Order: sequence, then C-alpha cells, then structure tokens
Amino acid sequence: MYEFIAFYVFAISTIILFLITVMSKNVLYAMTSLAGGMVMISGFFFLLGADFLGVVQLIVYVGAVMALYAFAMMFFDATKDIKEKHQNPALVFLLGGLMAVVFVVMFSAPIIGEVALDPRSVIPENVGNAQAVGMVLFTKYLVPFEVAAVMLLVAMIAGIILAGKKMDYSLTECEASDEELEKEILKGDA
Amino acid sequence: MLEIGISHYLILSGLLFSIGFVGVLRRKNLLMLFFATEVMLNAVNIAFAAIGNYYGDLSGQMFAFFVIAVAASEVAVGLGLLILLYKKYGSLDLDVISSMKG
Repeated sequence: MYEFIAFYVFAISTIILFLITVMSKNVLYAMTSLAGGMVMISGFFFLLGADFLGVVQLIVYVGAVMALYAFAMMFFDATKDIKEKHQNPALVFLLGGLMAVVFVVMFSAPIIGEVALDPRSVIPENVGNAQAVGMVLFTKYLVPFEVAAVMLLVAMIAGIILAGKKMDYSLTECEASDEELEKEILKGDA
Repeated sequence: MLEIGISHYLILSGLLFSIGFVGVLRRKNLLMLFFATEVMLNAVNIAFAAIGNYYGDLSGQMFAFFVIAVAASEVAVGLGLLILLYKKYGSLDLDVISSMKG
C-alpha cells in the first residue's frame, strides 16, 4: 500500500515535471523542472532498494550537473523566451506517441498474457546496499570504474580548455584574424 | 492492483523515455536539447534499477552508476562546446548554427 501511493505520487510528479522541461519556452523553468524531476527519480531508486544509487543521483545530478547548467546559463540569455521554429510539430508528437504506445504494450504484455516471470531470490547477504555496491564495484567492476575515473578527468580537462581559457576573447575568432593577440598568447607561453 | 511490480517501473521508464524523445525531436535550442537527453538518460536509469531489483542482481545499479558518470562528463564537455558556439554565433538555435545546406 505504502509503495503503491509512493510510486504513483513520484510517477505523476516526474511525468508532469519532465513534460514542463520538454515543452517550456523559458530556459529557467525548464532547468528548474528538470532538477525537480531528478529529485523525484531518486525517490524511485529508494523505493527499489538502491539507496546508494539514489544518493548518487541526488548529489551528482541535482547537485553537480544542474549547478553546471546553472553556471553555463550565465553565458546565455536566460530571461527571454526562446523562439523555436517548428517545421512539423504534428509528426513529432505522432512519433513520440507511437513510441510511448509501443513501450507500454511491450512492457505490459507479461501482465496481460500471464507469462509469469519468476523473480529470483533477492540478494542474500545481510549487508546494507552501499556496502554491497562497494563490494561489487571494487571487484567485478574495478576496471570499468578506473576507466570511468580517467574519462571524468579527460572531461574535466576538456571543459576547462573549452570554456575557461581566455574567457574574454573568442577563441574561434582569434584563430582566423587578430594576429597580435596570437603573438601575445605565444609570448605568454614562452 | 495495489502491488507495484517491475512492469509498472518499466512502463514509467518507457513513458519518460518517450517524453525525452519528443523533446529531442522538437527542440531547436541546443541547451533545451541537452535537457531532453538528460530526461532520456534518467528514464533508462530507472529501468536499470528496476530490473536489477527484480533479479536480485547489483549489475543493474552498476550500469546506472556508469550512465551517471557518462552523463556528467557529457555535460562538462558539451557545455564547454555550447559556450564556444554561443561566442561564435551569438545564438544557440540550430537553424542559425547549421552551416551545411540540404
């Protein structure tokens, strides 16, 4: 009963918030509703017994990624409404609706057809979720974990190089013209 | 009916993925396009966690972790590129940015 109420509250609020994200004309509204929807999604993770994943979702997505978006939005005009030229809006909604129908039919087929997929036994060990995640992550998934660490480092350096260098100049424009600036940069390096 | 099974989570995940799909198809602003991809990634994460819970297996959660890591690095690099594009064109509209004809 408790799970029933929680699931439907989270599901309806997530769908509404993400619909606002996709439909809104205002960047601020879209970003705020996206952050809210991600908080609601972490609720699903807690319901599913994936406590650590829920906490990571809150910290990484709502904390870090949305903060990054908020910082990046300082470079763009966030207050004025975005004008988008839609060439064929009906087709988009037809395709999206078809996709939703296909998913719903596909995933609800086991309910209607009574093809009972037996759930296997749950994780037997009497440890918490975070501890179990740690034990799996540092044994079976150790190599992907390290590769992910390197990937994050590369992404961080790429972000700094792309956005942080000479922020008052346009890097792409000075490439074509402005030889003096180029010399200045070269002098600074030497 | 009062019992929430794996189908509920999977159907919800499919619906959220479709919402993100509509966003990717219909958005012309690059920043809003990024938001729509985030919606799709989150939808897939729910499906991973639900299936992992159903089979009593932690692999689903592991894959969700790696999806989160990929999403974080995608945002870091993508926003850097977005800032460069905005400096160059003064707009993030795909119709303004596109340089190839056809």
